[in-house]
Amino acid sequence: MLVIHCPYCGDRPELEFSHGGQAHVIRPKDPSQATDAQWAEFLYLRKNTRGLFAERWRHVRGCGRFFNAIRDTTTDQFVVTYRAGEQPPASVVGGAL
Amino acid sequence: MASHTATAKPTIVLDMSWLESPAHTTRLSFRGTPAAIAAASSVFGVPLPTSACRSATVGSRSALWQGPDEYLLIAPESERTLIIQALTNELSAHAHSLVDVSHRQNGLIVKGPHAVWLLESGCPLDLDLSQFPIGMCTRTLFEKSEITLWRLAPDIFHLEVWRSFTEYVIALLSETARELAA
Ligand SMILES: [Zn+2]
Repeated sequence: MLVIHCPYCGDRPELEFSHGGQAHVIRPKDPSQATDAQWAEFLYLRKNTRGLFAERWRHVRGCGRFFNAIRDTTTDQFVVTYRAGEQPPASVVGGAL
Repeated sequence: MASHTATAKPTIVLDMSWLESPAHTTRLSFRGTPAAIAAASSVFGVPLPTSACRSATVGSRSALWQGPDEYLLIAPESERTLIIQALTNELSAHAHSLVDVSHRQNGLIVKGPHAVWLLESGCPLDLDLSQFPIGMCTRTLFEKSEITLWRLAPDIFHLEVWRSFTEYVIALLSETARELAA
């Protein structure tokens, strides 16, 4: 089974996690001031990166917390995980963001 | 054509000694800031663990780490009102949530020499003592049901199972017990 490192609980089986989509998508500070295009981009437009990609994951059947992961979308390898609110280590960012 | 029903099946008496229900329990789901956690520790009388997946017990009260700011507080049923009042009073100055979940879930005790085997039939965690020591607790899965698994002794586990899943979990454990007995 694929083992994912939860930044809070440590190494845990994939079954306990759920995928939360692209990470580091920033909500417009004042949505009422955003144009329709800006709001639509925030709501709907996501990258579809081949290779290293920054994603949100949730340890839903464990500590319940969201965190971020850099995952290779071609090999399903988790390169690194880090807590929500943190930036990924510069050494592995590459084209992930 | 040979008859498939010629011999009556012997009645299987399943040994259920591995399963017990703990006494009626107060269960509180508590979340809060570090200051609220410190205050709750002194009111509840049990230091709420700051290490991930660990529990603390003082007398008949236990605090189980569920997440970085989330705990399950367990105590005898008779102390429910007392504890809720004391915590509510003491925590009024701190950001927190305190929810009585006593009747949301049931406790189960799985024990005996086959306890680890029984649980590993449906739980993906490594339950070797080196990986899941005494006092460790965590939410995880048993087959398709979320459970909180808490090790009390090398061969005694406390499970917290949501009410509507309890029958499902017991049925699957019984199925495994039947296989182990065979
Ligand atoms: Zn976790």
